[in-house]
Amino acid sequence: MTLSLNPSESLQPQGWLRYLSFSTDHKVIGLQYIVCGFLFYLIGGALAGAIRTELVTPLSDFLPRETYNEVLTLHGTVMIFLWIVPVVNGGFGNYLIPFYVGARDMAFPRLNAVAFWLIPPAGILLISSYFVTGAAQSGWTAYPPLSITTPATGQIIWILSVLLLGGSSIFGGINFIATILKLRRPGLGLMQLPMYCWAMLGTSILVVLSTPVLAGTLVLLSFDIIAHTGFFNPALGGNAVVYQHLFWFYSHPAVYIMVLPAFGLVSEILPVHARKPLFGYTTMVYSILAIVFLGLIVWAHHMFTSGTPPWMRLFFTIATAFIAVPTGIKFFNWLATLWGGKISLNTAMLFCCGFIVNFVFGGITGVALAQVPFDIHVHDTYFVVGHFHYIVYGGTVFVIFASIYHWYPKVTGRMLNEPLGQLHFWLTFVGFNLCFAPQHWLGLNGMPRRVAEYDPQFTLINQFSSAGALLMAISTFPFLINVVMSAFNGAPAGDNPWNALTPEWLTSSPPPVENWHGEPPLVHEPYGYGVTPGQLSLEASSGRDLWNLGQGDQR
Amino acid sequence: MTSLQSESLSQHAGDEAHAEGHGDHRIFGLATFLVADGMTFAGFFAAYLTFRAVNPLPSGHNYELELLLPTVNTLLLLVSSFTFHRAGAALRRGNHPLCQRWLLVTAALGFSFLAGQMKEYFSLPFGLTDNLFASTFYAITGFHGLHVTLGGLMILIVWWQSREGGRISIDNQFPLEAAELYWHFVDGIWVILYGLLYLL
Repeated sequence: MTLSLNPSESLQPQGWLRYLSFSTDHKVIGLQYIVCGFLFYLIGGALAGAIRTELVTPLSDFLPRETYNEVLTLHGTVMIFLWIVPVVNGGFGNYLIPFYVGARDMAFPRLNAVAFWLIPPAGILLISSYFVTGAAQSGWTAYPPLSITTPATGQIIWILSVLLLGGSSIFGGINFIATILKLRRPGLGLMQLPMYCWAMLGTSILVVLSTPVLAGTLVLLSFDIIAHTGFFNPALGGNAVVYQHLFWFYSHPAVYIMVLPAFGLVSEILPVHARKPLFGYTTMVYSILAIVFLGLIVWAHHMFTSGTPPWMRLFFTIATAFIAVPTGIKFFNWLATLWGGKISLNTAMLFCCGFIVNFVFGGITGVALAQVPFDIHVHDTYFVVGHFHYIVYGGTVFVIFASIYHWYPKVTGRMLNEPLGQLHFWLTFVGFNLCFAPQHWLGLNGMPRRVAEYDPQFTLINQFSSAGALLMAISTFPFLINVVMSAFNGAPAGDNPWNALTPEWLTSSPPPVENWHGEPPLVHEPYGYGVTPGQLSLEASSGRDLWNLGQGDQR
Repeated sequence: MTSLQSESLSQHAGDEAHAEGHGDHRIFGLATFLVADGMTFAGFFAAYLTFRAVNPLPSGHNYELELLLPTVNTLLLLVSSFTFHRAGAALRRGNHPLCQRWLLVTAALGFSFLAGQMKEYFSLPFGLTDNLFASTFYAITGFHGLHVTLGGLMILIVWWQSREGGRISIDNQFPLEAAELYWHFVDGIWVILYGLLYLL
């Protein structure tokens, strides 16, 4: 315990330099994750642009075939491991969770900083492999024997990079579990937490249970590549399907690691802009827990064409179909939250609505893919590519944008420009659907994924898809302009521009280093909208005062 | 300092509250990490069992191993868990010399285990790439041996810190408790490993 505690004698850099430092402030770390992740999103997006440009014509005339393989491997890896997983977990999680549990920081602040600072080196390592030695070519799944027979150096760098990112993810998960379970403000019960806490608790359990299995598997894969062992190499008596089992034991839960936090964030944003309590809080919590449990026992539905025996197909089909139940409960709860609400269709709300539309579509194609006869027909076709992007882009990335529009005023103290935001939304929504909806048709008609050349009959539909990708690329510009310009010229936001009730709004914008100027507020009903203030139990005086202040400003 | 005082201080502490000022949840965090670490082993064991069930070895190769040395090694680790526990008990009574003695015994047992493991490696009739069982055997025992090595080094550090007037004392038992929890975990994994690789 330090004895001389003088606030003016802080050793950490101040101002924007904080964001380049080994800061242990959860708010700084959260922003580090989000900004760093967004830079990788731009890189991953450029790679996607290269892919869609190549696919405008049936021949491989833009990229050589091997370069195409490198580009699609980097695209998948960058987008999953350097953008979505870090931002939706580490980014928003670090910024919001300490507020939600009424703490001044995460349980292990230094471990938190270590977890973030593993990401930039891993990302630079991965990207630079393209220029230095040639990147991995076996896709983000790195299935052997492909990953053993493609050039070894790029694959080994890929493995090292993913191991670093996995370590970062595990450290983050440990921190979230400890923070949510152990750092709650006295008097704050588990069932009074904002829903994002439950989502992050569930996600972190998945991270801690499944990520180490991927790490171990990749170490074995690296032995196969470097030391010529035969774990996954049938030519040496090994078993490639075992790799698939171990890989998907992580990578199916990874889908929930990408999507559950998004579910949590939507549950925070919808009630605020619909001015209604979150519908069915308890069922939401149990749905998350059910998804966590079921998410761990459905992995082999990715492997129906890998010679899986009939009993295994049956089990994994049924288990997968069951996941639709808790997911459906969550969707009906969100719709019921909107039902009869006083909805303001601002950009954050629009992105949430876009999420609901896209994710329902992706969820339905997901249930279809869980059926063995259908899956065998479309396995490894563009149908899967379309389904997957509806989940991770139409689902999670839409929620990331919604969250940025929702929390930007809190983080910066300034509002984002609303017309630019609406332009961003509509360009993204139209571009996204134009890009990925046609891919279902392509897949159903037999266009395989991960190839640079295709049958000329698919040309027109591929051009539609590429046009959608172009719109998505253009949509980034109003967003970037908005985020940069508003930081300097945006209208002052005040402490609580949305009149929200969750604890992060009951402090100044941006929040002080210690999160609240006084005691952390005790918020028993984070979604008590449409209830008169007297019925709310905001016991801590600072919390009630701030809340009343916000009410006075708005009414 | 009572927790109440430290809490009221931390409100005025600037960035200090962002550096470990939140009560002690480190053992909980370590236990969560060990769950993750255990899942790595679980993945290896699952791969090993699947290989064993569906991948026949080339003719002339088999899954049989010599039992005497690994059994002695198992006993060494089990006893070392007990001696580590004695070291902790001595510390809680404030008896630093006794605590240090038990820690040295524990470290000696751990390094004897590693020596035994090396002896076994050199006497085995197969190398890393000979067959699927050989690769799996070396990967799993090697990964466990890495854990034992790290644990042994931790014990030596804890031994040095728990001298009279060192960092570890009756008021700061965390480093010793953490190393002890880790050591018990490594021993527990070995027992499962012994059952699956040697006895099954």
